[in-house]
Amino acid sequence: MALQDIRQRSGYLFLAVVLAQIILISAQVNSRTGVPVLESVIFGIFAEVQRSASAAVSAVRHVWGSYVGLRHAKTENEELKRQLAAAQIQLQGQRALADRSRTLEQLLHLRDSSTLSTIAAEIIGDAAAPDFRTMTIDKGTNDGVRPDMAVIAPAGVVGRIVVPSSRAAKVQLLIDRNAAAGALIARSRAQGVVVGEGDERLRMEYVSEVADVVNGDLVVTSGIDGIFPKGFVIGRVESVEKAGGMYKRIVLRPAVDFRSLEEVLVVLTPTPAREAEGGTE
Amino acid sequence: MKAAGIILAIALALALQTTLARFLVRGIVGVDLVLVVVVYVALTTGSVTGLLTGAAAGLMQDVVTRVPSSIIGIGGLAKTIVGFLAGIVGTQFIVVQPLPRFVVFFAATILHALVFMGLYVLLDLRHFGTPVAAVSGQALGNAVVGVVAFQVVELLPGAMERRRAQRTRLRR
Repeated sequence: MALQDIRQRSGYLFLAVVLAQIILISAQVNSRTGVPVLESVIFGIFAEVQRSASAAVSAVRHVWGSYVGLRHAKTENEELKRQLAAAQIQLQGQRALADRSRTLEQLLHLRDSSTLSTIAAEIIGDAAAPDFRTMTIDKGTNDGVRPDMAVIAPAGVVGRIVVPSSRAAKVQLLIDRNAAAGALIARSRAQGVVVGEGDERLRMEYVSEVADVVNGDLVVTSGIDGIFPKGFVIGRVESVEKAGGMYKRIVLRPAVDFRSLEEVLVVLTPTPAREAEGGTE
Repeated sequence: MKAAGIILAIALALALQTTLARFLVRGIVGVDLVLVVVVYVALTTGSVTGLLTGAAAGLMQDVVTRVPSSIIGIGGLAKTIVGFLAGIVGTQFIVVQPLPRFVVFFAATILHALVFMGLYVLLDLRHFGTPVAAVSGQALGNAVVGVVAFQVVELLPGAMERRRAQRTRLRR
């Protein structure tokens, strides 16, 4: 009897812990509209309450309006409101267009940044779970480190800063499954995107089927991602296959040996694209 | 006292995992020391402690590994389920031989990967390609480490006792 009671309670406890974590996850996951799922669900429920209340109020108002014979004035009022809403939408569109023009203007004033300012950092820790490929360095915001700064090693690109604290920072390695960098084949200048595989290999995507790529080709950063400066070594092409579609299937061997890394350099100089972004903020 | 020991074990596993990660992940064989601790605790103490240890360890690991695309709670949820089920297995079945323990650690890793990767793929936050080799490698690594941990913990007090007795005999 007592054992059954404990078992039942452990079941309830299990459900409670699982539910709490589902709520925690929902609070962080964005829905298709970009709003957190939890917020979206709560807002959805609340919106229905609002809709019902609004419908009831509208019905009463409608009956009252009809009763006192203000039909023409009401119709005119609604028409004016509609026109105002349309004008507001148009104004927002014009404002967005103006912002976009300003950004493009700033992008055109690209500064010549031939020398990079870097800071050396020591690796003090690795990822706490095998599914994430990150490492921790001993430099943080106190040393000028900011999110999305490129991290490089003498051999090539290492990754980017994702979470800086005052005295340390987390680096997402290029080999992480969710890491990517704009890249090009140094010999033929064919462009693509290098993405991590989670293991010791990289994949180059979106390289045209007709592009000139052969085994051993050097792959460097293209600089279009706004994180990595142009021309830094990523790795060498290990295999090229015809994927059958519009793009080639390319596997790279990274130039950096991520297991033997002890020190890295954080690029403090913003890339032209990042500088332009910062300027618009 | 037991709770303090478990928290210490999780913290130690996390510290070891973060300092030795580059040595713990070799090719396709990887070891998740935190998961090993959760399954060990669940097998030795039962489902309630197992699920609470899983939740705490998973959440701590989620926080420590947080990157922009990661979600706090997914690792926690996966380890809660694993801890709970491993605890049930530990109380319902006799799991004292290395082989059954190996199977439990292996299956727990597979289940953990299914929940963890499944949720990330379901939420369209991370894609894992075809992780069969990587998951099998990790399951193998975790199972070996788990079984060895059990053997060490169980054999260590006896070995020390025997050594002490031998020393006493020599003195006489």
